[in-house]
Amino acid sequence: MAYNDKVIDHYEHPRNVGSLDKDSSDVGTGLVGAPACGDVMKLQIKVGADGLIQDAKFKTFGCGSAIASSSLVTEWVKGKTLDEAEKIRNTEIAKHLALPPVKIHCSVLAEDAIKAAIADYRAKSGKDEKVAS
Amino acid sequence: MNTMLRNSQPIYLDYQATTPLDPRVLEAMMPYFTSKFGNPHSRSHAYGWESEEGVEKARAQVGSIIGADEKEVIFTSGATESNNLAIKGVAEFYKDKRDHIVTAVTEHKCVLDTCRHLEQKGFKVTYLPVQQNGLIDLEQLRAAVTDKTSIVSIMAVNNEIGVVQPLKEIGEICHAKGAFFHTDAAQAVGKIDIDVNAMNIDLLSISGHKIYGPKGIGALYVRRRPRVRLVAQINGGGQERGMRSGTLAPALCVGLGEACAIAQKEMPVEAVRLRKLRDRFLTAIKARLPEVFLNGDLDSRIPGNLNISFAYVEGESLMMGIKRLAVSSGSACTSASLEPSYVLRALGVEEEMAHTSLRIGFGRFTTEEEVDIAVEEIVRHVTKLRDMSPLWEMAQAGVDIKSINWAAH
Repeated sequence: MAYNDKVIDHYEHPRNVGSLDKDSSDVGTGLVGAPACGDVMKLQIKVGADGLIQDAKFKTFGCGSAIASSSLVTEWVKGKTLDEAEKIRNTEIAKHLALPPVKIHCSVLAEDAIKAAIADYRAKSGKDEKVAS
Repeated sequence: MNTMLRNSQPIYLDYQATTPLDPRVLEAMMPYFTSKFGNPHSRSHAYGWESEEGVEKARAQVGSIIGADEKEVIFTSGATESNNLAIKGVAEFYKDKRDHIVTAVTEHKCVLDTCRHLEQKGFKVTYLPVQQNGLIDLEQLRAAVTDKTSIVSIMAVNNEIGVVQPLKEIGEICHAKGAFFHTDAAQAVGKIDIDVNAMNIDLLSISGHKIYGPKGIGALYVRRRPRVRLVAQINGGGQERGMRSGTLAPALCVGLGEACAIAQKEMPVEAVRLRKLRDRFLTAIKARLPEVFLNGDLDSRIPGNLNISFAYVEGESLMMGIKRLAVSSGSACTSASLEPSYVLRALGVEEEMAHTSLRIGFGRFTTEEEVDIAVEEIVRHVTKLRDMSPLWEMAQAGVDIKSINWAAH
C-alpha cells in the first residue's frame, strides 16, 4: 500500500509524542481503542487557566495512519478551547491525511481520543470545583 | 544481484511469498521461448519432439526431488490448481463410498476454500486444530479419519510459520483407514527432504515460484501404485494422462524441472547456510530486544523462515518504518479483512500479539550483510515505536494490559 505524503511525514516526524502527568488536575487523558483490534491511542491535553489547551501529547499503538491521525490532532487542539476542540470531526482528519476507506477507523479513533481526553478533564475539574466550594 | 540494485531496492526477505528466478533456470528456459517453440503434444514432426523431450526431462527432474516416478507427475498452473485438483478430484471420484475429508485449520486458503466448496456440495469436512507449536496432534488425526474418509490434506510446511508436519506418521494413519494422503508441499520441496514412498504420500502439490522457478507453473504428484484416481477439473484434449487437459507450456515446465534439479543438488549446503543466517538473525534480535516471541516450533521448521511477534508494536507501522526491508506481516492492517492472521490465531497467539508479528524469509540470495542490516533496521524501529506505544508504557509501569476493559471497535 502506498501512503500519502502527509501520513509518512507524521509517521517519520511524529509531533508531540510523550506523556503528561495524568494525575495532575489540569491534564485530561483519553485512552481509546483496543490491543486486540490493532490500535490503541492515548491522547492527553493540558488546559490553562484561560481555558485554552496549552499542550497536547500522544502515544499510539497502531498502523501508520493511526499514528498520523493522533499526531495531527495534537497539533490541531493546541490553542483551542475545549468546545472548539470537541468540534474536530474524523472526516476532517481523514480528508487532511487522505486516508483510504479501510483506514477511516483510524480517524474515528483520533476523534474519540480527543473527546475522551476532554471528558476526563471536565470530570476532574468538576470534582475539583466541588472540593473547592 | 549487484550492489546498485541492492541500494535502490529493499532487501528481499519474503522468500515464502515468492522467490526470484534462478539465472540458471532462466537460461534453461530461454530456448523454449524462441527456437524450440513446438507444441509438445505434436507427434508428427521434429518441432513437437524436441519440445516434448524438454517437457519429459523436466517431468523426471520434478519426480526425482520427491522420489517419484516421472509418470506420476502432472504439470499444472501452480500449487493452487494442484491442491484444487487433488482434493476435488479425489473427493468427487470416490464420493459414493467415501464422502469425508480431513484437513487442518492452518492450511493455505486454496485448500480451505476448496474444502468449503466441497462442503456446500454435500461433503463432510473435519478441520483439525493445531497445537501451540503449529503441529497437528496425531491422536486427533487418528480419531478424525474413518472408513468414510477419502482424502486427508495436510500441508508439509506452513507458509506463514514454516513448521514441518510429521508427514510419514500422517500417511500411516491415513492408510490404516484406506484414505489417501495429500500434502501441499509448495513450501517444502527443495527445503526439506521429501520421499513420497518413505512418507506414505499419495498426492503432493508443488509450486514453481517458491523454488526459484517461474510463476504460473506447478505440479501434482499422483501415486500410481496403488493407483489414485481423480476426476479431472479441466476437460479437453486429455493431456497429462487425462487428468489435466490443455497444451503444456514447455518453457515453464523446463523451468520447474531445472529449479527442482538445482534445489535437489544444492539443498544440503543451502539448508546449512540458511539455518546459520536465521540463527544469526534470531540471536541478535533476542539479545537486543526484550519481549520478542517466535511463533511456531523452532526445531520442526524449515531453515529459511522466522515469524516473530514484537510485543507492543503494531506490525504494519513497523513495516512502514523498516522500508529498506521487504517482509510481510501477520497484522490485520496489511489485509483488506482487518482480521489478524488466522494461522497465528489457530496457534493460540492472542490477537494483540498477532498484530505485532512479522514473517521474515531468508533464501538463496540472502547475504550475511543483508541479515545484519535487517537486524539494525528492526531494532531501531521497534525501539522507536515502543517509545511511542501506550501499551509499552503501561507494561513498563507494571500495568496488566489485560486488566483494562478495552472497548472493541
